Amino acid sequence: MNPFRYERARDAAEASVLLGKTPAAMLLGGGTNLVDLMRLRVAKPEALIDVSRATSDRVELLPGGGLRLGAGMRNTDAAADKTLRARYPVLSQALLSGASGQIRNLATVAGNLLQRTRCVYFQDVSKPCNKREPASGCPAREGYHRNLSILGASDACIATHPSDMAVALMALDARVRIIGAGGERLVPLAELYRLPGDEPQRDTTLQHGDVITHVEIPPLEFAKRSRYRKVRDRASFAFALVSVAGALDIRDGMVRDVRLALGGVAHMPWRARIAEEALRGRPAREDTFREAAAAELRAAQPLRDNAFKVPLAQRSIVRTLLELSAEP
Amino acid sequence: MTTFAAKTVGAAIDRLDGPDKVTGAARYAFEQPVAHAAYLYIVQSTIARGHVRAIDATGARALPGVVEVITHENAPRLASTEDPELVVLQSNAVAYHGQIVAAVVAETPEVARHAAALIRVQYHEEPHDVELHAGREGLYQPDPENVGFEPDTHHGDVESALKTAAASIDVTYTTPHEHNNPMEPHATIALWEGDSLTLYDANQGPHAIRGDVATAFGLEPERVRVISPHVGGGFGSKLFTHGHVVLAAMAAKLVARPVKLALTRQQMFALVGYRTPTIQRMRLGTDNDGRLVAIAHDVTVQTSKIEESVETAAVVTRMMYAAPNRRTSHRLARLDVPTPTIMRAPGECPGVYALECAMDEMALACERDPIEFRIRNEPERDPGSGKPFSSRGLVACLREGAQRFGWQPHTAPAKRRDGNWLVGTGVASSTYPTRRRPTTASVRVNTDGTYRVQIDAIDIGTGARTALAQIAADALETPLERVRLDIADSALPRAGGAGGSMGLASWGTAIVEAANALREKLRTEFAGNVPAEGVEAYVEVGRNPLAERYSMHAFGAQFAEVRIDADTHEIRVPRLFGMFAAGRIVNAKTARSQLIGGMVMGLSMALFEETVIDKRFGHFANHDFAEYHIASNADVLDIDAAWIDEDDPYVNSMGAKGIGELGITGTASAIANALYDATGLRLRDLPLRLPFDI
Repeated sequence: MNPFRYERARDAAEASVLLGKTPAAMLLGGGTNLVDLMRLRVAKPEALIDVSRATSDRVELLPGGGLRLGAGMRNTDAAADKTLRARYPVLSQALLSGASGQIRNLATVAGNLLQRTRCVYFQDVSKPCNKREPASGCPAREGYHRNLSILGASDACIATHPSDMAVALMALDARVRIIGAGGERLVPLAELYRLPGDEPQRDTTLQHGDVITHVEIPPLEFAKRSRYRKVRDRASFAFALVSVAGALDIRDGMVRDVRLALGGVAHMPWRARIAEEALRGRPAREDTFREAAAAELRAAQPLRDNAFKVPLAQRSIVRTLLELSAEP
Repeated sequence: MTTFAAKTVGAAIDRLDGPDKVTGAARYAFEQPVAHAAYLYIVQSTIARGHVRAIDATGARALPGVVEVITHENAPRLASTEDPELVVLQSNAVAYHGQIVAAVVAETPEVARHAAALIRVQYHEEPHDVELHAGREGLYQPDPENVGFEPDTHHGDVESALKTAAASIDVTYTTPHEHNNPMEPHATIALWEGDSLTLYDANQGPHAIRGDVATAFGLEPERVRVISPHVGGGFGSKLFTHGHVVLAAMAAKLVARPVKLALTRQQMFALVGYRTPTIQRMRLGTDNDGRLVAIAHDVTVQTSKIEESVETAAVVTRMMYAAPNRRTSHRLARLDVPTPTIMRAPGECPGVYALECAMDEMALACERDPIEFRIRNEPERDPGSGKPFSSRGLVACLREGAQRFGWQPHTAPAKRRDGNWLVGTGVASSTYPTRRRPTTASVRVNTDGTYRVQIDAIDIGTGARTALAQIAADALETPLERVRLDIADSALPRAGGAGGSMGLASWGTAIVEAANALREKLRTEFAGNVPAEGVEAYVEVGRNPLAERYSMHAFGAQFAEVRIDADTHEIRVPRLFGMFAAGRIVNAKTARSQLIGGMVMGLSMALFEETVIDKRFGHFANHDFAEYHIASNADVLDIDAAWIDEDDPYVNSMGAKGIGELGITGTASAIANALYDATGLRLRDLPLRLPFDI
């Protein structure tokens, strides 16, 4: 890896200031993704600002029934939080399905959100990659792409976002609280992430100097009936081929409300709004679920080796909804 | 021939080095303390064929802490370039993607790695050819002299027999590139003292490494010492010497100080071997009684342009089942790829996969239960060599295993369903040859009644250190605590490596013979009294002469239950059971670990392992553990191995057959056959992935 300077920030505001001073500085949480990328020379920060102790590492109750997770909270601790588990089982399940116990012990909540999208060519500096070197080309499109995007990709990039936690948070309409040059702001997760378009080098809409301090989850009564289904070849320690975060509110056999998000299919956690719209007010039955899943995947643009993800995503949505509707 | 009363042998004794390993006290090659060491980092080619035009190391050389940059321009010349794998930095030619083209020596590993990244290599690139497929141009028959076996065999008339067979199949199986991937990356410390070289090295047999390195540098073998006290797995990738070992020695010579080198996981994919993809056409035919009338196994594999190496996948079919008309063949493509190496039961592992799936297909095609079909085609003698078997426990394993597993005989896929799971069971035979290498050993007795056994054996995580101590204790008729065993150092009596499942058989035989010689010496020369200076006996044990008369193999039967999620097609293996016949089992605990370890690798092979070559660049695209999947704990559920009592007086002094590779053979077939039982779909390409368009 390149030589770099290491600094530790006392709090988020200081981290933001330190970031502002060095254009090529990066924030360090658990380091489970960034340090790998530095070893591979994919990331070459001039300075690392350690924020692993700069923000809250706890879950707090928000007025009105929501929860707030400190950015520095370790994934293991977040997954084990009793309130979180009771109110948002989908989030705890997503956390526990990610990586390995050792990595979850180290990884932070904000670090999990900000891990880079994955693709073998991005991680190999001897190969072209538009995300790493804009306009150098995308070998993945014709190459090794079994686990890359089927939705929202661009000619420039078909990488997938690997986080499980973020898929659950996307379904839950979570927002991130950010301290930046212009003060503090709340950004919905759907606006934090972005599709690759013609700027695949940008995974998020964050500006240099932004520091995430919290993740806020609004109250969602029916999220107590929610689940995360992660599909993968290997039973553990593997990124999702496809994952589904779902919450379902059924009254009198009808879908009153629903939240659905997909992982492993796009450059960002994919909120399945088309499927949600197709479900609301309709009978909570398998045929409805199938129609909704098909509608969501209609825009899919699969490639040679990842076309299996289209039926897989549809089946996984249907299965998740069926299981949710069977819950007491 | 057996001269052996087992007391300690057979017991489930804990590994003698277990506490050291779990507490971190056991030092592996890279951890050996060496004063004033510098660190080496490799620069690899980013083209698959051509040559280096220029190397700009200005940036690297300017970096504080960099000791030397080594390229083909300043690398010491090797005395021998006979072994293409070891010809490192002797010219500017590039023969595969990832070849060593330069290296940096620096004061710290971090500086070495950073400096390596600053080196700019310019290439003249030529078109490369890295794709193996059936019927491609340039397939040829390998030279039997080179590869040490007959590439083709023919008995009778397979074509006619297949035409008139009551039932027949003609199917093709494929396995992908697979990488050995031991947990401990390859590592070497090279230390010169004058013209003498010491290597602390992660390998599967110090003597072989010593010989290769001595040849490469033109040294007398005695001037090279290879020490390898603990090794974290090899699976074949550490049996032969690879270029990085020569590079480390070269670098240490150039900078005149000790040099440490550890490969990264990514580097290992290009530098220490892998298993070639295999394309295996299987043709089987039966008569009205369910007896094989013909069996043909035609194999296509790849080698590199620099060296001929053959995955002998069809060899097992020459021996396994009776059939009057038989044919096997091997064809090879020379590609611009790294040289494939031996990996986890080379030949047998992919060969048994194709054979045992084909046997399942054939059984069902002629409406026989797969177990009954195998038993019906059990040969009386080795059909290939015509020799009798020294012992053959296959039928006993199939029968006993079926009972323990709860096998339900069937002649068609059961397609059972349990909730959302499709459930099936499968069976396959396992086998691996039982061989022995010439080996030497010495045993010394001291006046206090303790013994010192010396042999350049090695424990790569198998438990060999413990098992050999058990053998020595029984051979010397003494308690285990009185035996001190020195292994894993080429300064000890010469022995072959841990490979071909020959380790324990070869080393153990030499130890038993040395113990006998010591007893004899004590009796004849010292009237049974140990003199003050102790007594030592040294023996050289040659090949097993009985191998000329008998066909020697270990056998087994594996049983799998497979569940497939009806929606997502995720495949899980809730139950895996292996019943083995491998002669005398020396340590019940480490043997079970080895057997189920092999089965876990077989499970990995069936469901996950696949290295993908990107034909445009010629590189292995998924060269890390995030992308190259091996089984995790969560994939291994109810797994067990057991064995039948088998007395084989012909194989070696212990009556023990090698079990290092037996466990992996057959597992993937049992799983694939179970998947067919569950779904009615015959998948023939590994890893198994159920399509959605059905």
